[in-house]
Amino acid sequence: MTKRQKKMLARILVSAVLLVVAKLLPLSGAFQLMAFLVPYAVIGWDIVWKALRNIAHGQVFDENFLMTIATVGAFCTGEFPEAVVVMLFYQVGELFQGYAVGRSRESIASLMDIRPDYANIEREGKLEQVDPDEVAVGDHIVIKAGEKIPLDGVILEGSSTVNTAALTGESLPRDVEPGDDVISGCINQSGLLRVQVTKEFGESTVSKILDLVENSSSKKAKAENFITKFARYYTPAVVIAAVLLAVLPPLLSGGQWGEWIQRALIFLVISCPCALVISVPLSFFGGIGGASKSGILVKGGNYLESLADTSLVVFDKTGTLTKGVFNVTAVHPDSISEAQLIELAALAESYSDHPISRSLKEAYASEIDTSRLGEVEELSGRGLRAEVDGRSVCVGNDKLMEEIGVKWHPCHRIGTTVHVAVDGTYAGHIVISDEVKPDAKEAIRALKQQGVRKTVMLTGDAKAVGEGVAQELGLDQVYTELLPADKVERVEELLRNKSEKETLVFVGDGINDAPVLSRADIGIAMGAMGSDAAIEAADIVLMDDRPSKIAVAIQIAKKTRRIVRQNIIFALAVKALVLVLGALGVATMWEAVFADVGVSVIAILNAMRALKVQHNG
Amino acid sequence: MRKTIKVVDLDCANCAQKMEDAIRKINGVQEVTVSFMAQKITLTADDARYDEIVKEMVKVCKRVEPDCKLMV
Repeated sequence: MTKRQKKMLARILVSAVLLVVAKLLPLSGAFQLMAFLVPYAVIGWDIVWKALRNIAHGQVFDENFLMTIATVGAFCTGEFPEAVVVMLFYQVGELFQGYAVGRSRESIASLMDIRPDYANIEREGKLEQVDPDEVAVGDHIVIKAGEKIPLDGVILEGSSTVNTAALTGESLPRDVEPGDDVISGCINQSGLLRVQVTKEFGESTVSKILDLVENSSSKKAKAENFITKFARYYTPAVVIAAVLLAVLPPLLSGGQWGEWIQRALIFLVISCPCALVISVPLSFFGGIGGASKSGILVKGGNYLESLADTSLVVFDKTGTLTKGVFNVTAVHPDSISEAQLIELAALAESYSDHPISRSLKEAYASEIDTSRLGEVEELSGRGLRAEVDGRSVCVGNDKLMEEIGVKWHPCHRIGTTVHVAVDGTYAGHIVISDEVKPDAKEAIRALKQQGVRKTVMLTGDAKAVGEGVAQELGLDQVYTELLPADKVERVEELLRNKSEKETLVFVGDGINDAPVLSRADIGIAMGAMGSDAAIEAADIVLMDDRPSKIAVAIQIAKKTRRIVRQNIIFALAVKALVLVLGALGVATMWEAVFADVGVSVIAILNAMRALKVQHNG
Repeated sequence: MRKTIKVVDLDCANCAQKMEDAIRKINGVQEVTVSFMAQKITLTADDARYDEIVKEMVKVCKRVEPDCKLMV
């Protein structure tokens, strides 16, 4: 609790005691009024003061004014204890509100407690602790075990494990060694690292993330705008209704003035829109906080709200559903052993830097003895011919085999097929493909479970490859052999063919798909650790590269929306009910206080649930 | 130019909304959000008159909610 809150608590306690005393004293008439005015003054002086001051500033209809009128009115109609209690409860409610909001603000802030306080910089062989802002690109910094990595950089010396939990929600630490990139905001767990800084602090990952999270509350959701608009009309409407209720019945049907004024005062107590106005943004704030705990950064409440209506998810293939790394996935020799086939291919391709050649060399895994290699001839678009151990080896695609007149056979496996022929006879083929991410299949299934109607994959790859992956993962639709511009066109087509209420989400790795990310209703960039392009282009950023997080994000969005709706409906229903009962003379000041303060408190408690996220990995 | 300004002791969500409405009416303000949750104001306004607009904003906020302070 802050100092102000403690002071308020003391006032509440003192006033409550004085109220009990006033109630017990055997007084009547003016003396009784005086006795109740003491606790009223203790608890309510500032409200009355603010009401007067705000009227002077031309601000009527604010909550201070309403509470003042309601309580002064209660005194006038002889309801002394009620007047004090209404004020007392109002202050209790305000105190609780302030406390609860402060708490949730703190817990979200601590989630994002990734801001490094200092960097150990090496200057003339000595270590110096400086502000991360003062470190320049190219400087060498030292990160000791247990310290936060202050700036993005590349490891020069030392190996360690780093904990990325604060950024990704992933609890498994990552091993790093010299040459690896490290990202600011992670914690160095074991060894001493010497790092060369590659980005200044303002451009480092940690700054980008903090900036994103801190600005997320400036983009307001539709529900939030609805509520503020509603509040603008609600309060004056209820106040006018209160005036009419106080004046009309006694004038028209000759009712008791005192009784109708009492009923009107009930309206005034209920007319404060705070429960609604506070609980909606608090829910979104909590939802965004809960998401960031799982490594999902949402740029605003509006995106979280719209994510709950996701019905179409469009994926980019490479780097999103697949690892984007080519690997040998099958070796089918005809006349020689598997190892010999790989060896021949790797030797022949040893001078090439094509991704396919690289994956062949990786599969071979041993040192390549280039002395065994004779002349190499590149055959563009087909493959190459090389002399290995004096024999003529051809490595390439179907076309090359046709050209040299070797009888070859196609492969049933999906991927890029590399044929090998030795001295004009077919030796076999090797299949190279991009590996599907381990959780990709599960990700698609989870999306369906979250009510996603259709999943679509876009890829620039060949038809057979794209369709194979789509089938393996259970996607509904696939578009292959697309150029980057075609992807935007496909997404636009999908946007045209969906209804207004449905949300189309595009998921990409953020590297080449910025136009598509911004064209979709919601763009999700994944694997954003260290890629600022992705952080800028997308509406939602997944810090790690697991597609299964998309379903988690949708789940959080739905939960948040559920809480927002519960709060709106609950608050409106209770207020409406008490208004009706109050007008009929059934509800008293006590119910009115509950409808105001009690509803606020319950709505706030409900909103704080949005912060909690079930952790599954 | 866009800047964020911290607000201290902004106690009520409804007042935050009123402040936002009032600031938006200032001449030269392009975009403004008063975030009750984050306790700050994000103001986008004309570069040339930015300081003037900020001063005006402080005054307007003072009128709406005299208890809270803008850390300009």
